[in-house]
Amino acid sequence: MQKKIKQVSVFARNEPGRIKKITEVLADENINIRAITIASGDDYGVVKLLVSDPLKACRALKKEGLSVALNEVIAVQMEDKPGGLCKILKIFTENKINIEDAYGFVIKSGEVAVLVINIANIEEGIKILSSQDVRLLTEEDLYRL
Amino acid sequence: MPVKEKDIEFLEREKLEEIQLSRFKEVVKRVYKSSPFYKRVFKNEGISPDDIRSVGDIKFLPFTTKEDLRENFPFGFLTLPLNRIVRVHTSTGTTGKPKAIFFSKKDIDEAAKLVARCMKMTGARPGDVFQNMMSYGLFTGGLMFHYGAEKLGVLVIPAGAGNTEKQIELMKDFKTTILHITPSYALYLADVLEERGIDPKKELCLRIMYLGAEPYSQKTREKIESIYGVSAFNCYGLSEMNGPGVGFECPAKDGIHIWEDNYILEVVDPLTGRSLPEGEEGELVLTTINREAMPVLRYRTGDVAFIYSKECECGRTHRKISFIKGRTDDMFIVRGVNVFPSEVERILMNTPEVARNYQIVLEREKSLDVMKIRVEIKRRFFDGSLEHLKALEERIKSKIKSELMVTPRVELLEPGTLPRTTGKSRRVIDKRKL
Repeated sequence: MQKKIKQVSVFARNEPGRIKKITEVLADENINIRAITIASGDDYGVVKLLVSDPLKACRALKKEGLSVALNEVIAVQMEDKPGGLCKILKIFTENKINIEDAYGFVIKSGEVAVLVINIANIEEGIKILSSQDVRLLTEEDLYRL
Repeated sequence: MPVKEKDIEFLEREKLEEIQLSRFKEVVKRVYKSSPFYKRVFKNEGISPDDIRSVGDIKFLPFTTKEDLRENFPFGFLTLPLNRIVRVHTSTGTTGKPKAIFFSKKDIDEAAKLVARCMKMTGARPGDVFQNMMSYGLFTGGLMFHYGAEKLGVLVIPAGAGNTEKQIELMKDFKTTILHITPSYALYLADVLEERGIDPKKELCLRIMYLGAEPYSQKTREKIESIYGVSAFNCYGLSEMNGPGVGFECPAKDGIHIWEDNYILEVVDPLTGRSLPEGEEGELVLTTINREAMPVLRYRTGDVAFIYSKECECGRTHRKISFIKGRTDDMFIVRGVNVFPSEVERILMNTPEVARNYQIVLEREKSLDVMKIRVEIKRRFFDGSLEHLKALEERIKSKIKSELMVTPRVELLEPGTLPRTTGKSRRVIDKRKL
């Protein structure tokens, strides 16, 4: 089973209307956005998206002239309650894995939340997490849950 | 009979022109005999030193351009063996290679004498404390002025450029009376002094300022004079002609005297190369007639100005030029440093991630010049990582800094952001006001 998730990253100037443009393209293609986060520099940033069809999203955005990249990330299921995130991070700390980028979102309030993380060695991360009592989500899971 | 230094500024025109002619003949003989570049040029043009009978005959000599200096880099202009050369300065060129200017011991001494003459003309005397806020190093502005100030006999503080806190401390500790500074830094320094609650008129001992290395207006000068309570003078120079001290304002502050015992002054039509009469604006062309290691004849400075036709009220006989009105090429100046857009372009185009389109925006922030370089990044180099973009930004920044000596601000752009232009000049947007 594919435990890695494809994340769509878009290079965007830091000015009004840029993110709207991206979401417009996705809406026109009938692509659903599960999560969005922005890493911002001063003049420009990177918009990161988890979407229902990453490859299609990528093609559509490229066609509009945007600079797009597909990256692999891990999505970990958490309990939506106090300590949920801490439990996951404990595993990373114990295994001395540095998180380069992370964001989270709730799928079912009070029940299921998702932590999306990017680490240097994804394969190793998956191995460690799989050996623990942690559920890694597939792309299908993200939209089924 | 040699004329004493103290008499030279007021020498009758006739005698000054006699000196010019004899030095001009000398220098033509010299380059004809020893300069590999001019030997070739004179031969091609069929000119012999004996053809020179008056200073006016200079118009029969071909121009020397910055391309000539670059193509004959580094030693092609020398008329002395290397064991007689004691210093080299460089300035940025247009296509990678800098221009190198060499000096013998005598050349350094003569250049220093001119700076000392300028300083004396503005009222500087032994007992003054001179803080030199120009960069030392390859740039002539710092070192040449330093040597001139020592020659005059003032106390020199070789502070160099930047480091504002230290500059203020030095001015206070040593009771600095004279500054050599770029006009933009003078305005910035004024802001910092105000923030610190220091009134330069009351708490500093400044009385004279030399403003150079950047074009500026009378209005800026007046502003600086009123903030600091000083008398400010415009100095004109360029590395190819020794650096500072080529010309200077006298207390009349109406035009810049060019020292005609050291230079032959011409203004030409930049397109046709035809000599223009006094009063008509054109490109300044200068000839060194008192430099032995590396004489340069009819150098196209790229600076636009005109020659005053009326005599100066101060009585000095050396003719004056106006403030520099602009450039004949696309060179611009940022924080006292000359920058050619083609140089920026070369560095950008050697960076594989950079697409073809870029823009240079010049702005003034808190009185300081900012050069912002906006570049489009090729799509395929985007890998989704902000860190990689930041690293690329840093790489471009440090490359430009190390090659052009100006630290830019770099803005990465998505492809297609910038308007497509055809001309190179439209890539430079100068929002600064003189």
